[in-house]
Amino acid sequence: MNAYHIVVCAGIVPDPLQTLEPVNTATGPALKNEMMLPAVLDPWASHALYEAANLAAHAPGSKVWLVSAAPKAKLQQVMMNVAQKVSFELIPVDAPANGFADAHAVAGMLAEAIQFIPALDRSRLLLFGGWESASRGAGVTMQLVGEQLGIVDQFQGVDQLTVQPDGSFEILERIEGGRHLVSICQGPPVVLGWATGNLPEPKNNPQVGMVNMRSIMPALQKAKAGTLPQGAVRYLSVTPPKQQRQTQIVKDRPADEIAAELLQWILQE
Amino acid sequence: MSQKILFLAHVDESGTALPKVAYEALGAALEVTAQIEGSLTIGLIGERVQAVADTVGATGARILGVSGPDFAQPRYASDAAAVEAICRVVTPDIVIAPGTSRFWRVLPGVAARMKGRVDTHLTALDRVDGVLTARRWFYRQRLEAVMQREARPWFLVMDSGCHQAWTATTRPATTTTGATATTEVESIAVDLPAAAKRTEVAGVRVPNANAQTIRPDAELLFVAGAGWSKKQADGKTHLPEAEALILEFLRTSGASLGGSKSLVDQTGENQAVLGFMTHLNQVGQTGSTPRHPKGLSTCCHGEEPHVVGWRFISERRAVNLDPNCGWARGKADVLYVADAFQVVAKLNLLLAEKAQRT
Repeated sequence: MNAYHIVVCAGIVPDPLQTLEPVNTATGPALKNEMMLPAVLDPWASHALYEAANLAAHAPGSKVWLVSAAPKAKLQQVMMNVAQKVSFELIPVDAPANGFADAHAVAGMLAEAIQFIPALDRSRLLLFGGWESASRGAGVTMQLVGEQLGIVDQFQGVDQLTVQPDGSFEILERIEGGRHLVSICQGPPVVLGWATGNLPEPKNNPQVGMVNMRSIMPALQKAKAGTLPQGAVRYLSVTPPKQQRQTQIVKDRPADEIAAELLQWILQE
Repeated sequence: MSQKILFLAHVDESGTALPKVAYEALGAALEVTAQIEGSLTIGLIGERVQAVADTVGATGARILGVSGPDFAQPRYASDAAAVEAICRVVTPDIVIAPGTSRFWRVLPGVAARMKGRVDTHLTALDRVDGVLTARRWFYRQRLEAVMQREARPWFLVMDSGCHQAWTATTRPATTTTGATATTEVESIAVDLPAAAKRTEVAGVRVPNANAQTIRPDAELLFVAGAGWSKKQADGKTHLPEAEALILEFLRTSGASLGGSKSLVDQTGENQAVLGFMTHLNQVGQTGSTPRHPKGLSTCCHGEEPHVVGWRFISERRAVNLDPNCGWARGKADVLYVADAFQVVAKLNLLLAEKAQRT
């Protein structure tokens, strides 16, 4: 199997169990106590990272880089956990990137960081990331990074990448109706925006964590600051949904009565 | 100066129609065109575009098309070349397109090529103080934002179910022989370089051909939670029974199946769970947020992540054994405190009886 240079783009997001409250700041909307909220690596990007590590493990000579634009203090916290999962080299960009940041600006920062990775062979490049995110969730950043790097074989909603005997890739992308589009691509360079893939989350491995942290800490200290232009997007309002339903609790009713009521409800126009 | 609006669409898998969401986005495009007194152009992509052009000819808009075998299948490189070619001819200020997997993949890249900006998953387009304004959700449907951009061209990709679909209100023009007249399509030639053909589409695969459980157009979303795979009152799990009940319900009701993350994750970790449940079924914080008029949740528990999956479900009912279930209270219209195994079994009987009568 060929050796690949796999670059995974990943953001950090608030832990999904946190309640989010928007606030207005001088630089635009943000989350209340954003720096205090527990953060995790974006779930879709995490899947991309696990798939990257799995592919690299089966292709000797391959290497995985994780490129992330985030406030470096938060990134350091998140790395304490992520670093124990799989082996990678971190390329951090210290930037106040949250869900309200303009995807085009974030993509520009990521593309620039990737271009400056020493020893990156662009002819062997697999650019991985999430097809969505738990912050902006626009599903556009990977395509924008890919365009800036001149990659025209792009796939989104990827659940499976299989390397064929001739070195080509069979790629399964999610499409409408719970189906997969099957494509055959001749090989790298490609962009793959991952959906969930098929791999479970790797168990924590402290030894991998220690090896990773040896390079992660210096990388964080030397992280370049990225700037996000103001005013690219003008937010008129950001609000949480206020709808609270008056739930009717139905107890101590036989199953057949409940079923009859549900049937009537289902058949109602 | 009048703003130029470009509506983009691609032919669907039938080859003769546009996807349903395209007609919804066309409705939005026509509305925006009228609001800002702009001029609308329609751009179509597909192996053959004449048939679909005829379906939108009544809009009166200028229609451009990129067609040929190279554009039959969704492929980033060829789709990007086609959309870029249309944009170069129209030089639009605003581009409005339907949210399909094909366009989600390709439009951000074209926006970059056109030095424009793109926003996706839009739920509404309005005019505020004379300025075009878009509405979308952030943080997985937990915060809703209203936004504007000055940059042009601005690519706006609409979500499905957010606008009335456009339908022709006038009868199609006819020829002297009485046949329906064809709509004029200005064809744009796009020659693909070899580099744009490195990828070939090999077909479509259904994850589980025996049980197609995801039906985007269904009236009802049926969500199965992890409770289906847990030990029941007799201290044992009843997975085969759960599978049979759920599949029978889906068959007789025509509902679409959603799964909670906990249940779907169990499947991924190769635990003995519902065989037909995959990550494609997952709804919620890290899954999808489908749009169905009604939703019935069974054996689900949890908080915020679940609510996200139900954000766009209008009428919601839940069946579970916990009357204090934090997710159902305040989020569902009716919570039935009951054993879902029993309720769904009875429901299946009633649905079967009804089917026999009709």
